[in-house]
Amino acid sequence: MPFLELNNVVKSYGENTVLRGIDLHVDKHEVVCLIGASGCGKSTLLRCVNALESINDGDIRLEDDVVSGEGVDVNALRRKVGIVFQSFNLFPHMSVLGNVTLSPIRVLGVSRADAEEQALALLKRVGLDHKAGAFPDQLSGGQQQRVAIVRALAMNPDVLLLDEITSALDPELVAEVLNIVRDLANDGLTILMATHEMSFAREVSSRVAFLHEGQVLEIGPPEQIFGNPAQERTKEFLKKIIEAGRL
Amino acid sequence: MTQLLSPAPSARERGTAAKPADATNTVLLAATIVFLLAASLCVYTAILLVSAAKPGLWTAVLAAVALLLILLGLATAIPLVRGYRAARAGAAALASGDVVSGRRLRFRGANSAWITLGSSLPVSIVSVFVLFLLANNHAVQSTFFDVSFMAKSLGAVSKAFTVNIIIAVIAEVFVLVFGLVIAIARMAPGQAGRPIRWLATTYVDVFRAVPSIIVIYLVGFGLPLANVPILSGMSPMWAAIFALTLTYSAYVAEVYRAGISSIHWSQVSAARSLGLSHGKTLRFVIIPQAFRRVSPPLLNDFIGLQKDTALVTIIGTVDAFTQAKTYASNYFNLSSVTVVAILFILITIPQTRFVDRLLERDEKKQRLQG
Repeated sequence: MPFLELNNVVKSYGENTVLRGIDLHVDKHEVVCLIGASGCGKSTLLRCVNALESINDGDIRLEDDVVSGEGVDVNALRRKVGIVFQSFNLFPHMSVLGNVTLSPIRVLGVSRADAEEQALALLKRVGLDHKAGAFPDQLSGGQQQRVAIVRALAMNPDVLLLDEITSALDPELVAEVLNIVRDLANDGLTILMATHEMSFAREVSSRVAFLHEGQVLEIGPPEQIFGNPAQERTKEFLKKIIEAGRL
Repeated sequence: MTQLLSPAPSARERGTAAKPADATNTVLLAATIVFLLAASLCVYTAILLVSAAKPGLWTAVLAAVALLLILLGLATAIPLVRGYRAARAGAAALASGDVVSGRRLRFRGANSAWITLGSSLPVSIVSVFVLFLLANNHAVQSTFFDVSFMAKSLGAVSKAFTVNIIIAVIAEVFVLVFGLVIAIARMAPGQAGRPIRWLATTYVDVFRAVPSIIVIYLVGFGLPLANVPILSGMSPMWAAIFALTLTYSAYVAEVYRAGISSIHWSQVSAARSLGLSHGKTLRFVIIPQAFRRVSPPLLNDFIGLQKDTALVTIIGTVDAFTQAKTYASNYFNLSSVTVVAILFILITIPQTRFVDRLLERDEKKQRLQG
């Protein structure tokens, strides 16, 4: 039984259909990378898994329990499914520690002392414990994104969704963020990530899914997708990536 | 390139007299004319002022004011003289072929002339205002600015002014809370929230449409007349607080709403994705950020509210204006009302300056963030 399942998921905004029947299964401890051109639906897919967007058809299951549609406790779902955004989205009026401890305290009901202890341990892991008192606008993009990852991890999620988390970063800051993701993957966290970092996807993922116009066109181990893609579209996409020097 | 910027060398090359072809002379001429006009206006006013004075202490005071006026008028000549000097030195420099410093000096000359022009206007306006006070055998001055009468009414008027301040402060506290409640109601989520949204929208529409003087009148006289339980027993002061709260909550609700909707939706996404409910997202993430952003417009509305406390006079609350009117009608002189005006100015100006500071700070912050 797969851990996270998307069955024939359809999502449209009015006339504009973004997801046209996505089927995707993610097993526990698996790292699945979503690749594809801009606008192919990667971000929307992740937002649907987190119930930030409602879906129009199909269903999403977590440990065989349907977590899409009416009657689902979205707040309970989001405790299990963490997400990190491209633009960090830290809360600018709170310190780093405030950002990380907000939801453990207010949602899980952890005591402030425990939440702060856990937050500091996590921050130490990403090398930012000395920035606990800083505010987001005092941090670099890479540091902000690391804090955003820690903030999601503080909820102890079963699945982590990463939505192009390095796309808004200066090139020299990408590595510090990817190193953390690599660490998490090695620790066995289940990760579903949309990314443009092809070499990283190739290195870290158990499987890679190529999305095209709202559908999973091809999915398989990275060696297969990057080395010997079956679909013409995948080949075209990868060719462009190689031409741009990104693989 | 030099030739493009300054035609002076080419004139010299052509063998004609080195006459700088810029606007400095024109500006200096205009400044001279305006200065002469403003200065003569000042002197004329000063003469009238001294001749209008009654003998005694007043002559000395008014003579001092007149002297100040003349000094102000003549002070505008200082930049003018400087301007002429710089312009002449500039012309000389151009004639000797030093194009760069010539141009610089000519520019300084023109700039000084502009300073004279700029300061002549306020100086003239001050003179005109003094002339206005002196008009009709200084009837304006004695009607609005009778100093001894102002001093006489000051005590009672200031004491009554505390009523205005109490009304304003209590109403502001209520408005701060009630306005937020309405703003949140206007953004109640989902289908269940729709009737609540409608209710809040209607409230805002109604109370923004009705003039506050009418709300005060209706609350102050209507509630006791209709003998509404609890509410009819209110003192006029509490009726005023109630009425101003009703009106200004509508304005402040709009300010809050603008602030809340100015927070980027990605903040909501981030908060909700962490499992925070709608209410907790508002409480911990959105409203604290919105509150910082709306503090300048909020203060502006509060300044409006403070000024509207003078309207409570129509329902018989004894505030500063009511007190001043009593004095005014007993002595046929409006100077006591001027005292009220001055008191309002005194409490309002620090607040407006504070708002300006806040806005400046926000602007700086935004520039820093790029």
